[in-house]
Amino acid sequence: MALLELASISKHFGAIQAVNDVSLSLEAGEVTGLMGDNGAGKSTLVKMIAGNFRPSHGAMRLEGTELVMHRPVDARRHGIEIVHQDLALCDNLTAAANVFLGRELRVGVGPFRILDYASMYKRAGQIFAELKSETRPRDLVKQMSGGQRQAVAIARTMLSKAKIVLMDEPTAAISVRQVAEVLNLIRHLRDQGLAVVLISHRMPDVFSVADRVIVMRRGRKVADKKIADSSPEEVTGLITGAIERA
Amino acid sequence: MTTTLDQTIEQKQHTWLTSITSNQTFWVVIAVILACIFLSFATESFATSKNLYNITRNVTFVAIIALGMTLVIITGGIDLSVGSVLCLCSMVLAVTMNAGYSLEIGILASLGTAIIVGLFNGILIAYLGFPPFVVTLGMLSLARSLAMVASNNTVVFQFGPDHDLLLALGGGAWLFGIANPVLYMIALALLTGFVLRWTRFGRHVFAIGGNEHAATLTGVPVRPIKVAVYVISALSAGIAGIIQTGWLGAVTTNIGAGMELQVIAAAVIGGANLAGGVGTAFGALVGAALIEVIRNSLGLLGINAFWQGTFIGGAIILAVLFDRIRNLRQSQ
Repeated sequence: MALLELASISKHFGAIQAVNDVSLSLEAGEVTGLMGDNGAGKSTLVKMIAGNFRPSHGAMRLEGTELVMHRPVDARRHGIEIVHQDLALCDNLTAAANVFLGRELRVGVGPFRILDYASMYKRAGQIFAELKSETRPRDLVKQMSGGQRQAVAIARTMLSKAKIVLMDEPTAAISVRQVAEVLNLIRHLRDQGLAVVLISHRMPDVFSVADRVIVMRRGRKVADKKIADSSPEEVTGLITGAIERA
Repeated sequence: MTTTLDQTIEQKQHTWLTSITSNQTFWVVIAVILACIFLSFATESFATSKNLYNITRNVTFVAIIALGMTLVIITGGIDLSVGSVLCLCSMVLAVTMNAGYSLEIGILASLGTAIIVGLFNGILIAYLGFPPFVVTLGMLSLARSLAMVASNNTVVFQFGPDHDLLLALGGGAWLFGIANPVLYMIALALLTGFVLRWTRFGRHVFAIGGNEHAATLTGVPVRPIKVAVYVISALSAGIAGIIQTGWLGAVTTNIGAGMELQVIAAAVIGGANLAGGVGTAFGALVGAALIEVIRNSLGLLGINAFWQGTFIGGAIILAVLFDRIRNLRQSQ
């Protein structure tokens, strides 16, 4: 059974058909590359999965049960986490504080509860170790490299028992070495049995880390196939429209 | 020796020494201490108990409001209305007590006024998206005008049946000869410091100043917290107003005029960053102390009072200069 199933999902904003009759399924322990030109409907699709938008038509099923979400917190509660393109980090806080932002651990009784620094540092450290990332929980995010910042944003998704992680252009604005770091982070997520959706414009990233590639064009899904059965040339053709469908 | 991943993650980047010396507040403390030592030798009147009593008491009013202001500044906002709010709250207290009500009712009315002002500022800023500068600039004018209306622009110096109690509250020295206002200031500073470091609310205040968008996305209740900091700021002005009324024994409609700039200066000298995300309660106190020591010392050294602004302005720029130099070095 698929972890998440989208059945004939559509989304329109007024007269604009952003996503048109898209069906797809995500499997646990699989990385799916989601590709397409600007305006192809990738972001809208992901935002529906993340609970930002409600589909105009169609249904979503998580582990077989119907999924209705009104707010992003609903998605988080169902184990769907999103890593935003701008990472949503506070530069003035430590890595651990960012990981726990909005979900701080506290100790004490009743209304007299104080932040539990020790536990937060410890847990954040464990997550960074799991991700094999050299990120120190006590360091300010301000002083971190692009790869470390990604690790902090991804660590957030591992606080709760996430099942699906949606990543919006994680490798768009970082150096070559850091890209390798981030791709490794994605592999670690996959190895822990999560379903990862990687939105990207970068062909080499998708072909090195994804198991499957979905191509969108003008709101429609035009391809959904194993990476092994495809090629960068074919995907490029699908994105631009040189190849109609595959 | 190779370091493992776990060792790297456990490593602390700063020792306590480097983290103290890279702190703007630390250098301002050094400046205050050096100034005090110098003045003790250079003048005969500085290190007298009477002068120190005066300095510590004078510091308090600016310092108490600077605590509230620091919270606002950490969220990336600004509150220009505090001087006028101090005046309005003092006047509400004075008029209520003058009409024959007890001290308790006077204080309740005064703090109630502060809360209403804070809610007004906060809701306009957080929910309607007004720029803090504009809203609080409007309130600066509004609150002082209301104080004039409330008192018909007269001086109030009769506080009804609890007159003596009010004067003791602000002018007394109930513990070890330390002026009462100083005790209130220390208590409020400890409270503010605790809230900033140890509570979820404090953490969220910093998060909003660091990246408001990120705070919203991660589920921080950004709007209620922004309203809360403006209420706290107005309350700090109200508390300072009550204490100052007790100390002065009279309220005029021009008390607290221009005080907002001193308060902001104190917060900034103490390390709060107007861009948001940085600031401490201790820094607010130290900043207020430095300003007062400069003012006091110029008088004692017999320097023309016209020079005061030059020295205080210089201190503001110098304090922030340290911060700039450090940032420049980091970015290179």
